[in-house]
Amino acid sequence: MLRRLVGIALAVIGAFALGGIALHRHEPINSLWIIVASICIYALGYRFYAAWIAARVFTVDASRATPAERLNNGRDFMPTHRWIVFGHHFSAIAGPGPLVGPTLAAQFGYLPGTLWILIGSVLGGCVQDMTILFLSTRRDGRSLGQMARDELGPFGGFAALVGTLLIMIILIAVLGLVVVNAMKGSPWATFSVFATIPIAIAIGLYVRNVRPGRVLEASLIGMVLLLLGVAGGGWVDQSAGLRGLFDFSGPALAGFVIGYGWLAAIIPVWLLLAPRGYLSTFLKLGVIALLAIAIVVIHPQLKMPALTQFAHSGAGPIFAGKIFPFVFITIACGAVSGFHALVSSGTTPKLISNEADVRLVGYGSMALESFVAIMAVIAATLLDPGVYFAINTGAGVVGSTAQQAVATISSWGFPVTVDQMQQLAHAMGERTLFARTGGAPSLAVGMASIFGSTFGRGLLAAWYHFALMFEAVFILTTIDAGTRVGRFMLQDFLGYVWKPLGRTSWYPSVILTSAAIVAGWGYFLYIGVIDPNGGVNILWPLFGISNQMLAAIALSVATGILIKSGKARYAWVTGGPLAWLAIVTSVAAWQKIMSPDPALGFFAGAAELSRKLASGALSPARAAVAPKLIFNQQLDAWLTVIFTVILWLVIVDMLRVCLRSVRGLPTQESSEAPYQITQLEAAGGEP
Amino acid sequence: MTVLRMLWQWLRAVSGDDAYERYLAHHAQAHAGEPPLARRAFLRAEEERKWRGINRCC
Repeated sequence: MLRRLVGIALAVIGAFALGGIALHRHEPINSLWIIVASICIYALGYRFYAAWIAARVFTVDASRATPAERLNNGRDFMPTHRWIVFGHHFSAIAGPGPLVGPTLAAQFGYLPGTLWILIGSVLGGCVQDMTILFLSTRRDGRSLGQMARDELGPFGGFAALVGTLLIMIILIAVLGLVVVNAMKGSPWATFSVFATIPIAIAIGLYVRNVRPGRVLEASLIGMVLLLLGVAGGGWVDQSAGLRGLFDFSGPALAGFVIGYGWLAAIIPVWLLLAPRGYLSTFLKLGVIALLAIAIVVIHPQLKMPALTQFAHSGAGPIFAGKIFPFVFITIACGAVSGFHALVSSGTTPKLISNEADVRLVGYGSMALESFVAIMAVIAATLLDPGVYFAINTGAGVVGSTAQQAVATISSWGFPVTVDQMQQLAHAMGERTLFARTGGAPSLAVGMASIFGSTFGRGLLAAWYHFALMFEAVFILTTIDAGTRVGRFMLQDFLGYVWKPLGRTSWYPSVILTSAAIVAGWGYFLYIGVIDPNGGVNILWPLFGISNQMLAAIALSVATGILIKSGKARYAWVTGGPLAWLAIVTSVAAWQKIMSPDPALGFFAGAAELSRKLASGALSPARAAVAPKLIFNQQLDAWLTVIFTVILWLVIVDMLRVCLRSVRGLPTQESSEAPYQITQLEAAGGEP
Repeated sequence: MTVLRMLWQWLRAVSGDDAYERYLAHHAQAHAGEPPLARRAFLRAEEERKWRGINRCC
């Protein structure tokens, strides 16, 4: 009875908050409406939809022994309390994606991103994560690729593998670009980000040699050092002699990031990768909690309109394309992220002590990540729209001088002045904030103003650089962990060609395959850095398309398994999000390939640039990089073709398997592990 | 107080601070009689294992 009352109360409050959002359409809205509406929607989704899926669709059986119990080895397989698994899973899935995507999508206004984040997560992303986690838990913790091979056939498995490798390369490139753009021409940011590397190494040595395994105290020491690093950056920035040492151009920083990625992949994990992982987990949980508290305390007004003209015109300065399909491509992480399927079928299912926990761990973690994306929307849209566009738009779009930029942006109806931008840059301890593309600087300005008004305005510049360092730590963790995983996958492939290449401890192979992976993402990173439009406008949609493709593969595997196991009447639970993603991704891919608009279509963009180059309309500096940009746009177009082909081949393969199953023809046998009764005392597992 | 202690235990578990203790507990139960790995040896093997798969996301 009480539970029912809570449910009704949630529904009423949620409806009230949504109504508040709907009625405030032409005046500034307070972010509290959005926060309340979001929390109610997540709570309703969790309380009703997730519970229904667990009970009816999965028929979760609390008496069934999980792989953690059956295969317990005290290490990766180990029954773990659900809140601890929740913590592990959340810190694995939450990366920089839900911070960057919503920031970029704010060019459409606050409403499209917010609605997609809420609806997409509750009906799509959370369901995907929970379903894959459940299916993998029933299959001894097998990976998505293995499940695709076992249940659909060798083709599905191969597609999942290729898709994962490609998305990894695009993901690392775009994140590298974000971090390079955040450090470019900013000695303070560069110093505090560079400082994280020796700090991580020191923590690594501490955990290995000084006090083995004392991760928590090492992380606390590391946090203090990171804060000192940010303070030190401010000091370096003030010192005339030192600041030049940390003042780099984009290509130079790209070189550093590429070299760093390669080194991090070949040196032992304990030295850099593991300690950076500890630090980023801490920073992540701490900053997210702090941000949530601060947003609730100050609940700022959102200055961005609900919808901007770019939603309909498709001529957005940050990325081209109309609201459909591009808001759904730009915001992948935070709504539906295919990458999560890899974590949900990786380390997490091996820790689940009871099947019933998949609801909290799978659905709950994704709802929390989605809430992080909502906070990113708030941080982006509390800025003056003029300021937001000035920070996020590349010089190639608005002009390279400050006067040109403010004139162009003000002409869109978002007034901003050079003075305003200079004052803001000064307050944030930067020389300029014009054309700081990639999303990280504008998010940091938003976070700094939130933290600043909650915890003290005097430290605005320090908060700004703390926020940048926080994002960079996230991103560098993804870069080095991703490069390493990519290397393992490549070695796995090459092992079939020549055995020794597959040995993960044979140094020549380690160096070679790491270099190959780094070269892959390094190329896209370099091109993004030299692109006068900022590069993010090209790379982020490509990342979105690849991430949604991976989500579609995961949902295909899930739908196929549901139908094969005789639950065709519930197939819409995963089939619905799958259909939506297939439509969105295909339309976006079609436009990116075929659109005659040079800002939108890759081929059209390449043709337009070739024409300008041939007619001599480009400045010498632009003419020098033009051939590389032309080749890159063509390459991106072909990559998009590959993603779309993989996507549809997997869907067709899944439909083929389903059709056979419905007709009663033989299909691959289910790989579900047989039932075994649990011996664990508490159904919730040991604490 | 209990809330603080629970939070502390949660932090230890999520950060991996108590990994060796958990391993010892498991070992004592499942492989009683055999000597367990020393702390250092266990942690080395553990770090190598942990960073082999995908455990970080976008």
